[in-house]
Amino acid sequence: MRESKTDRAFNIFNYVFLAIVALLVIYPLIFVLSASLSNPENVISGDMWLWPKEFTLDAYEKVFQNKDIINGFINTLKYTIFGTILNVVMTILAAYPLSRKDLKGRGFIMAFIVFTIFFSGGLIPTYLLIRDLGMLNTFWVMIIPNAVAVWNIIIMRTFFQSIPHELEESAMIDGAGNFRILWSIVLPLSFPVIAVMVLFYSVGHWNSYFQALIYLQDQEKFPLQLILRQILIQGQTDDMIKATSESFLAQQLSVEGLKYAVLIVANLPMLMLYPFLQRYFVKGVMIGSLKG
Amino acid sequence: MTNLSEDVGYVKKIEENEKRKSLKKHQKEKKNVLVDWKKAFRKNWELYVLLTPVILYFLIFHYFPLYGLQIAFKDFIATKGITGSPWVGFKHFERFFDSYYFWRLIKNTLGIGIFTLVVSFPIPIILALMLNEIKSLRYKKFVQTVIYAPHFLSTVVVVGMLLLFLKTDGLVNQIIQLFGGTPISFITEPAWFKSLYVFSDVWQTMGWSSIIYIAALAAVDPAQHEAAMIDGASKFQRIIHINIPAIMPTIVILFILNAGSVMAVGFEKVFLMQNDLNMSTSDVISTFVYRSGILEAQYSFSAAVGLFNSLINFIMLIMVNQIAKKVNETSLW
Repeated sequence: MRESKTDRAFNIFNYVFLAIVALLVIYPLIFVLSASLSNPENVISGDMWLWPKEFTLDAYEKVFQNKDIINGFINTLKYTIFGTILNVVMTILAAYPLSRKDLKGRGFIMAFIVFTIFFSGGLIPTYLLIRDLGMLNTFWVMIIPNAVAVWNIIIMRTFFQSIPHELEESAMIDGAGNFRILWSIVLPLSFPVIAVMVLFYSVGHWNSYFQALIYLQDQEKFPLQLILRQILIQGQTDDMIKATSESFLAQQLSVEGLKYAVLIVANLPMLMLYPFLQRYFVKGVMIGSLKG
Repeated sequence: MTNLSEDVGYVKKIEENEKRKSLKKHQKEKKNVLVDWKKAFRKNWELYVLLTPVILYFLIFHYFPLYGLQIAFKDFIATKGITGSPWVGFKHFERFFDSYYFWRLIKNTLGIGIFTLVVSFPIPIILALMLNEIKSLRYKKFVQTVIYAPHFLSTVVVVGMLLLFLKTDGLVNQIIQLFGGTPISFITEPAWFKSLYVFSDVWQTMGWSSIIYIAALAAVDPAQHEAAMIDGASKFQRIIHINIPAIMPTIVILFILNAGSVMAVGFEKVFLMQNDLNMSTSDVISTFVYRSGILEAQYSFSAAVGLFNSLINFIMLIMVNQIAKKVNETSLW
């Protein structure tokens, strides 16, 4: 069928509009990347606006010499790995029984869990609880209070329900118990949803700072995001450059470059994982939206 | 007359009989329930074992704080604990309602919430409708890959970028000067706070939020479009009359969720964007609770403020849901 004039106009507008949107989204990211690789003078003066000018890796060198950043990186890695393992295990423990229609009390337990989305005790009672449990300023506080997310239980449960029940039934007839069915029938079929969960949770851990802000006091335990906050938002960069024998002006300049480099370093794992992240995250949103 | 009284007596007898029967039935049912549970447990005890840590987790970390909320009506004394502290009724609520920052907090929280709803909510829908009309798969994929990306940045990174771009000698002010304008101190100017908050939010979330609508659009029956095309409907008309009605249930559900949380402005981003100079427009309930509770240790008072906020959120959600039910016959429950 031939396109009418109005349709063609619409199409052209559509392509151009979306191109502008994409440009607005990607430009700040490219700018940060280029700025981190440029001589900071060019960034301040406005000469650098798209591609790196006077290419240098100085800023990255300073970032990787900084003990706080390295330490924060390692801490975040620890919290992310152990936190995600606990998250995924807990999500499976919740989602599998709740996916079984023959589980008595299923509706009640589901309501018991979902209710917490709509009403929570809030910051202060939770803080007092954590304090009374002696978890303040410990490794555990970064992992246990967020052991499982309700929304992810719902997504995983929806996935488990889509596995044909006949598979489980025939295993039951063969005498397999529920543990056995979960371990050797359901889980091997659930790789996609487990991947989605691993990514959901680990991105969450990597990016979060709230938990650490509230519950941690020692700088050595801080995750990367809190260190980033000190550098980018509170402007605590003195000790990073004082050691160098540069003049005041040069120091100001290297602070500038350093901030851009820190932004890139903090997102490096996400940037490298992005192709996977995108595919699996989109999948996760789709599964969730079926029942949401 | 006699006939009637006989009848009444007869009816009474029947009623009594039935009562007795139903009582017996009830007892039987009670027994049956117990037996059913035993049976269910014997058959699926492993499932209950699996659920135990999960239930314990929710009891401890979600339900116990609900119990702890009573400190909002008490003067919390650490040595006496939650249960032992003396009751004071609505003292903390009254103090909050009477304080001079009460209206400032309400105004800021509601202002940011409504601004976000009005701007951030429709944009993903428009994006999805437009992306849906792109025929070139590669172009579509490219745009999607780009606009989803900011979703994966942390709040600290987004606010950090905002500060770098918007400082007086940053990128944005360089552009303003290039066109002959004078630099604006975006970060410390209270009037700019809400716009910066909302538009950076749009930048970060619009792509990601559009996924759910794109999924809903993919389910539209192509036969409808073909039929409309034969009738001579233009692309725009087809979007208005086929695509939008098709995703309406999704729109309504998400609108309920968003409108219901209009007073639940999140802590993380506001807190990072706050500074001493923009407090008059940037202080919201959640940041206030953090300051008075965690930093100043006024536990009972800030628990009261937090409870006030969650009550409002809860009521809002129910109200919006109720309205949607009436108007649109789509609702959460």
